[in-house]
Amino acid sequence: MKIHEYQAKTLLTQYDIPVPKGRAASSSAEAGKIAAEIGGRVVVKAQVHAGGRGRAGGIKIANSPKEAETVAGQLLGTRLVTHQTGPEGVPVSKVLVEETIESARELYLSILIDAVSRLPVMMASEAGGMEIEEVAQSAPEKILKIHIDPAIGFQPFHSRKLAYGMNLNGVQITEATRLMANLYRLFIDKDCSLAEINPLVVAGDGRLLALDAKLVFDDNALYRHKDIQELQDREQEDPLEAQAREWGISNYVKMDGNIGCLVNGAGLAMAVNDLIQYCGGRAANFLDIGTLNNPTRVVNSFKIFTADPRIRAVLINIFGGMTRVDVVAQGIVEACKQTDIPFPIVIRLAGTNLEQGQRILAESGISFIQAKDFYDGARKAVEAAKGVVK
Amino acid sequence: MSILVDENTRLLVQGITGSEGSFHTQRCIEYGTKVVAGVTPGKGGSKHLGVPVFDTVERAVAETGANASLMFVPPAFAADAILEAIDAGIPLIVCITEGIPVLDMVRVHRYLKGRSARLIGPNCPGVISPGKCKAGIMVGEIHLPGNVGVVSRSGTLTYDSVSQLTALGIGQSTCVGIGGDPLPGSTFADILKLFQEDADTRAVVLIGEIGGMMEQDAAEFIKCGMSKPVVAFVAGSTAPLGKRMGHAGAIITGTAGRASEKIKALSQAGAIIAPNPAEIGLTVKKILNSK
Repeated sequence: MKIHEYQAKTLLTQYDIPVPKGRAASSSAEAGKIAAEIGGRVVVKAQVHAGGRGRAGGIKIANSPKEAETVAGQLLGTRLVTHQTGPEGVPVSKVLVEETIESARELYLSILIDAVSRLPVMMASEAGGMEIEEVAQSAPEKILKIHIDPAIGFQPFHSRKLAYGMNLNGVQITEATRLMANLYRLFIDKDCSLAEINPLVVAGDGRLLALDAKLVFDDNALYRHKDIQELQDREQEDPLEAQAREWGISNYVKMDGNIGCLVNGAGLAMAVNDLIQYCGGRAANFLDIGTLNNPTRVVNSFKIFTADPRIRAVLINIFGGMTRVDVVAQGIVEACKQTDIPFPIVIRLAGTNLEQGQRILAESGISFIQAKDFYDGARKAVEAAKGVVK
Repeated sequence: MSILVDENTRLLVQGITGSEGSFHTQRCIEYGTKVVAGVTPGKGGSKHLGVPVFDTVERAVAETGANASLMFVPPAFAADAILEAIDAGIPLIVCITEGIPVLDMVRVHRYLKGRSARLIGPNCPGVISPGKCKAGIMVGEIHLPGNVGVVSRSGTLTYDSVSQLTALGIGQSTCVGIGGDPLPGSTFADILKLFQEDADTRAVVLIGEIGGMMEQDAAEFIKCGMSKPVVAFVAGSTAPLGKRMGHAGAIITGTAGRASEKIKALSQAGAIIAPNPAEIGLTVKKILNSK
């Protein structure tokens, strides 16, 4: 789960990690007021769940409270399009108004879980302020890494390796040591999957400050962090994805095609998307229905398909294991009874309780295209979307 | 022969009295698996589905000689249950549970270091050696005893692939679901090594997906340590970038998380790539016929 920069900075503050003075505002008047409190030049930053804000015009400098009010007004209520968002962009409903910091150096610091060593890894670099992937490409030797054994946790020697490695000196070593230990404590306490400070600046006066911060949390651990759950901003999600989640379909990802997909299992769902492309079509979505005990999620999936104007055909591919085929069939029939389905439906069923499922479909009288196997389903869905088969 | 589980497996089920635990334990018993014990703290001394239930894994092992554990413990308690099984000296632990926090698994992996237990999963369908033992939630009937090993990160895609094999008359030695979590207990390379050493396995099907580096590690092993043919498929060629992979997470593996990179690595290592997920069975058939 992602959160906004201003929320991440509040958490950093709770963990004694210095951040620039500032606050979030939801209106231009409020932004002006915060700017007046701070005094002098301020930076106004659009709060969205996407990188590349600077280049997209989402970060602006204001020299006076009046100007802060103006630029906040230009950002609030708009949708920001960056290289990480789709062309529709993401809504800006808050801006962060902060003091400007004169920086002597821009560094990079992050913690994430390394899948190879299966340990948390802290990464630091002197080349902060740019995307770390670019540094990894152009100058991998500039990225320092330490792996942290959970049995001993983060130790002072870890931070000395990174701090001296980044050519910090004097009091900065002590400050960096404290800051890194605090970031690790935050990472562990809150079950982060990524804690990133980029840039970590050395200010003109020698202080270390988190100028930008990104925190991502492990969805599987949210159950034990009520405080983090409350930080979720549903508005940042794609509207169809948000709607799907609300209807209990957590594994829905919008894609760019016109064939709606309903599949059980993540691997099979990806494979269905791949096979559609192999057959010359494009999937409108990835949808793993998960394990079903009742037909509700199938009915709700159809609601998403009918709400998606791009859909020209729907492919249902179910391999019953824990999920019973007859339950899925009930859901399909119920959905077709509830609303007029404006597109052809291709159905491929296999596995647990197949006969019962087929009987339910046959007796319902609903119109659908039957597929005999995986490949047949994808091929027929592609043809149906082109209007070849009705 | 087969790998991991066979007719000598004495299975213990952790979380046997829960609804999923009950349902699947029953199915395993019907398949012919020797389920010798269940563990549910607080229910020791009772019987469930005709199986004696114990409060602790240690007690269950001491009294029944269980040598493998199948786990249906809810995510918040699953890591602790795995640690308990490791501590009790169970050599094979199969964890079905989906949704275990990653940091819990970091601690589990730390505890596994230097100990002999092998963990399969979490978030996996389990392991089956057709005709001998089913320690998992897969549908038993789609399997056929034979000589092709299957190892996969997916559940239902594996069922589909196994059905393709069975429909073509190609049986399986063992099918292993290593699970869809970022920190699996066993990797592709771990399982390939077991298949390489298994006299009854003639060829292996590997079903990977986007994210992580495991397919590349498997490719390394195929290049250096595998003489048996490997047929591979990697799901997610059409998956949008960045939807599941955190951007700083991509730094350690570079662009390695993409399906195209994994397919390239496997192909260069000598694996035969199935052209699409519906032709995994056919691809295996061609390989076996050409041998």
